[in-house]
Amino acid sequence: MKTILFIIQKEFKQIFRNKGMLPIIFVLPLIQLLILSNAASFEIQNIKFSYIDHDHSAASRELISKFQASKSFIIVNQFNTKEEANLEMQKGNIDIILEIPTQFERNLITDKTTILSVSINAIDGASAGVENVYISQIIGTYNQKIQSHLLQYKDNSFITPQNIITIPSFWYNNTLNYKTYMVPGILVLLVTMITLFLSSMNIVREKEIGTLEQINVTPIRKHQFIIGKLFPFWILGLVILTIGLLIAKVVFNVPMLGSLFLIYAFTSVYLLLILGIGLFISNHTETQQQAMFIAWFFMVIFILMSGLFTPIESMPNWAQNITLFNPIRYFVEIIRMVMLKGATFTDITTQFSIITGYAIALNTLAVLSYKKVN
Amino acid sequence: MKLTLNMSITVQNISKSYNKIKAVETLSFAVNEGEIFGLIGPDGAGKTTLFRILTTLLFADEGTASVAGFDVVKEYKSIRNCVGYMPGKFSLYQDLSVEENLTFFATLFGTTIEENYDLIKDIYIQIEPFKTRRAGALSGGMKQKLALCCALIHKPKVLFLDEPTTGVDPVSRKEFWQMLKRLQQKGITILVSTPYMDEAALCDRIALIQKGKILKIDSPINIIEKYDKTIYDVRAKNTYQLLLDLKNHPSQYSVYAFGESIHYTDKETEFDSDTLKKYLEDKKHTEIEIQMTKPTIEDVFMDL
Repeated sequence: MKTILFIIQKEFKQIFRNKGMLPIIFVLPLIQLLILSNAASFEIQNIKFSYIDHDHSAASRELISKFQASKSFIIVNQFNTKEEANLEMQKGNIDIILEIPTQFERNLITDKTTILSVSINAIDGASAGVENVYISQIIGTYNQKIQSHLLQYKDNSFITPQNIITIPSFWYNNTLNYKTYMVPGILVLLVTMITLFLSSMNIVREKEIGTLEQINVTPIRKHQFIIGKLFPFWILGLVILTIGLLIAKVVFNVPMLGSLFLIYAFTSVYLLLILGIGLFISNHTETQQQAMFIAWFFMVIFILMSGLFTPIESMPNWAQNITLFNPIRYFVEIIRMVMLKGATFTDITTQFSIITGYAIALNTLAVLSYKKVN
Repeated sequence: MKLTLNMSITVQNISKSYNKIKAVETLSFAVNEGEIFGLIGPDGAGKTTLFRILTTLLFADEGTASVAGFDVVKEYKSIRNCVGYMPGKFSLYQDLSVEENLTFFATLFGTTIEENYDLIKDIYIQIEPFKTRRAGALSGGMKQKLALCCALIHKPKVLFLDEPTTGVDPVSRKEFWQMLKRLQQKGITILVSTPYMDEAALCDRIALIQKGKILKIDSPINIIEKYDKTIYDVRAKNTYQLLLDLKNHPSQYSVYAFGESIHYTDKETEFDSDTLKKYLEDKKHTEIEIQMTKPTIEDVFMDL
């Protein structure tokens, strides 16, 4: 026990003496949290909108005015021909071309139906999808309104339009504020990233400078060394979590409905898993560079398959199965459930036990692969 | 084979290869208690591999070895308690101070600096003024003294020093060997490796090792005395041409540069220096000096 405490003390000394490392550990993650949380939004604004109005009728002008009124669209230009518009699209000056056909209004009245052509710049598929939804929404509302309007003119009778209006209620995030769900997610990434990188590079560093060999000839026990080496990073992970939660509350006002204790309890177990991965990586690498690259490889997969940026539900089946091995996935799920929904321990038992089992398995593997002798 | 009690280190038929390249091949030797035993050989001779096997960092492919009476495989834990190892590369924490490094290793061995202070006192006293300085900021000689202190802090029975003086200035090297002699008087067995032939003479016994094989084991004096060839120290104005011409001498046995002069041995027993001088004069050499000289370890090594 005395030996473990001594190693821990030594590790902390080294961490705090490393003047280059300190800001990396404490300042960079916070800057990331502040920048990413403000930047990583799925809302799309300032969509460059253009139109070709062949009809020049009251109905077509009204449709265009709907787009003008929307905050998401900026009307950049109007064109007389599709060719001109296409050219501008190619230059990247516009994102959307709405083409209103001749006799748009007349067809609406007589045939009760008409066709609009919408071209969307889909070089960025994700935003094109969102833009499509926005456009459909605007045209949809317009459609309902114009139909009741025009039909009344025609029949000259006053029938109250039978409209079904749906008003969605967004549970756990009333205003659909993306920060509310992004901040906890990004915090999870930061905690994972820092602890994984630092722990995987740490033991390799001793290998690189040769101290590991010196330590291996001492009677120190394997577990003493491993615990002593990794415990400081466990503490660091919890410190970063604490700072991150404070920022989430103070800066972003993210609700904290669930128990903080539960988040800490889960993080404690979760960090053991991450440290296990770190130890495993450092056992199988010879230099800090190698360790860093491997840690990066896993980190990128973990991040992109965590459900933070792309929903897991929209992944193909095989990919969804892979995410089952992704620890970040569970942490993102849990931190959102606990913070936004106030989930209790019984609600997260499944994830909790998966992570616990995972942590035990990986640490066993890592400890077994750590050898004092070759 | 039964282990003899007064043997501090025994090595029997140890072999180790890295991917088919043999690092050490059926090595056998024994080191007496309280002896300074030198492993002398060029880089790549297998010295470090042997050290790593004896300090339980590496398993040998074949053979057995014991240190301080413990088997290196079965009783590795006991060995780790009673040996000190100083690797060739400086491997202490550069970002910890001198004192912190020493305390750290003392703690790993479950002891304190105070407990074994008398053993390291002579050495530590020289670096004590810098005890708050980070190890990384020490000079080469200081680093080496600190490393030796760290290897000694738990009062080991056997001390392994892998090329301790490589890259150290001549004065510090001399000092270092004096320290080793003092440690020997305290009953510590020392196994030291070095590529420097002049240091070999300071060991009680040496093993000349090359390409993983031991060529000779004996005390430096015996090794030199048993050397039966006469060595001629030859000098001339144009050293390089001299080397070439000597190599072309019909009865030459070996010719090699030795410092500023050239060492020459002949196959014929009734060789005399006058014929050689004549031969060189024919080759138009000037300022020729030929002297018989005493063999050194290096001469023996060159002959093997």
